[in-house]
Amino acid sequence: MKRLSLVDLKEKQRAKVVEILGGVGLKQRLLSLGIYPGRELTKISGFALRGPVTIKVGRTTLALGYGMAQKILVEII
Amino acid sequence: MIKRVYLVGNPNVGKSVVFSRLTGVEVIASNYPGTTVEFTKGYLNLEAQKLEVIDLPGIYSLEPTSKAEEVAVKLLNELPKDESIIINILDATNLERNLFLTLQLIEEGFCVVICLNMCDDAKHRGIDIDIKKLEALLGVPVISTCAVTGLGIKTLIERLKEAKPLALSEKLTHQKRWQKIGEIVESVQHLSHRHHTLRETLEDLSVRPLSGFFISSIIIYLSFKLVRFLGEGLIGKVFDPFFFKIYKVFLVNLSSALGQRGFLHHILIGELIKGEIDFRESLGLLTTAPYVEFAMVLPYVLAFYLVLGILEDIGFLPRFALLLDNLLHRLGLHGYAIIPVLLGFGCNVPGILATRILESKRERFITSTLISIGIPCVALQAMIFGVLGRFGGFYVSGVYLVLFSLWLILGLILNAFLKGYSPELLIEIPPYRFPPLSVILKKLYIRIKGFLFEALPVVFLGVLFVNILLYFGGFDFFTGLFSGLVKGLFGLPKEAVIALAVGFLRKDVAVGMLVPLNLTVKQLFISVCLLAISFPCIATFIVLWKELGFKGVLKATLIMLLVAIVTGVLLNLSLP
Repeated sequence: MKRLSLVDLKEKQRAKVVEILGGVGLKQRLLSLGIYPGRELTKISGFALRGPVTIKVGRTTLALGYGMAQKILVEII
Repeated sequence: MIKRVYLVGNPNVGKSVVFSRLTGVEVIASNYPGTTVEFTKGYLNLEAQKLEVIDLPGIYSLEPTSKAEEVAVKLLNELPKDESIIINILDATNLERNLFLTLQLIEEGFCVVICLNMCDDAKHRGIDIDIKKLEALLGVPVISTCAVTGLGIKTLIERLKEAKPLALSEKLTHQKRWQKIGEIVESVQHLSHRHHTLRETLEDLSVRPLSGFFISSIIIYLSFKLVRFLGEGLIGKVFDPFFFKIYKVFLVNLSSALGQRGFLHHILIGELIKGEIDFRESLGLLTTAPYVEFAMVLPYVLAFYLVLGILEDIGFLPRFALLLDNLLHRLGLHGYAIIPVLLGFGCNVPGILATRILESKRERFITSTLISIGIPCVALQAMIFGVLGRFGGFYVSGVYLVLFSLWLILGLILNAFLKGYSPELLIEIPPYRFPPLSVILKKLYIRIKGFLFEALPVVFLGVLFVNILLYFGGFDFFTGLFSGLVKGLFGLPKEAVIALAVGFLRKDVAVGMLVPLNLTVKQLFISVCLLAISFPCIATFIVLWKELGFKGVLKATLIMLLVAIVTGVLLNLSLP
């Protein structure tokens, strides 16, 4: 299965989180918002010029900075 | 023995609204994560016992990520568990995410009562939650409420005494906790399938780049128009007629009774301009002071906070933050920093307090400094419109252009020279909500009351003090000292020194004091810019000190002085 980051995921695509790169702090923060390996999410949009990415996890809409979105690896489902 | 009740929950679930309902204390609530950055205390009477109720900033988990969250978590870690009840407030439209904190709280052994808020909104969205089952699964009381209308609050109070800590065997790992949550949600929540509503379509469109930019531009444009329209309308239709037709008659009589001269006349009425009372130029305690505050500033304060309140409650601000993320990154901030900045346009004090929603100290320093230098508060803006407006919109826009350029340049410089890096944006985008008008008006009332209580004493005492000094020539030494400086650097007459100094008390009065000096447009323009940039008013200064510490405020002040002098000189040299 191909792994890609949230940045490369296309709009409206559904995917499953496989890995979060980055430190404990980031993992912890994302986890408390419900983003962890195994979790499914849908990408809503990505802004140009390394702008933020928005996703829907459960019923929560989240916006993440570009750098953070790069660290979240997913598989398309 | 229970002594205190703490309101704990994720950001933006309505804790502050529940707090107001429980205690009757008026607090500001909005639809974006991070409205509450401080504790608020109130009291609740429960069976002849007076309980202290504390509203905490929102947290997603017991591991904090921002300054506001840090204080909330620290307090939770230290509180005596046998004396406290925790009302854990949950957003019923987002049960799953909210339960993470709930399980953590229960595992930690707190006495928890769950308040499942926004039940009406959940119903609208086709979400049905089995309260009885949820109660059984969690083992703590669950009460459904709609805090905005007050539904369920009485039951919540009645059932507070049922709270008791659970004897739990173990603390779960985070992954296990999410697993458990999945199971709970699966069995208590029932979703009925519906078509996408218009609201949901709008929610989606506003977080996409193109449509989002389009929607935001329209909203910002309409907001400006509305503030101008309401502000000018109030001045022209309400406040000016009152001052000129009714109040002036009284003043004219008073002026004659005082013999049109003397110490008391100087203090109360001020100078007569061409034999008449002039509200803008007389500078008396009963003439210019109330006119500036009520007929020039208050209308815009009303208009601004009404519009801001609507934008806040609908849930527009986080969406705006998203669009600006890119730009703000260049200044060492991320998109969410726009929220303190927008609040700063009302008054710098709440703006600087709101920087606590930002994660790092560096971001808080940059944002606070940028707010105090480059963001004119609504009182100052009203005076800029009032004073420069008659020379044409060109000059008014000019001030904004100068401030905005400074804001960008200074941000770029600070970002380049301050150590550290800027964290990434990570925010929740709340759903659009449409609160009843009464809620918006209530918030407006709280803010206007706050404005009047803080502004009026300073304005009247300030004008009194300045008038006494003017009468006895107390400024002569002072103006003499700085006259060479302001003349040489900025091309301003020595009397402008007084106005610039008064700017430290209140900016609106300071701009008002420029009017009688008969300055040229260029001089007026430079003075207004200087006032906007230089020393923040005393209230802002105190908050800056509190938030940044002594070193921080010293640094910010030096930057401010430098920027003010450089800008003043450049403007003086470059303007015709």
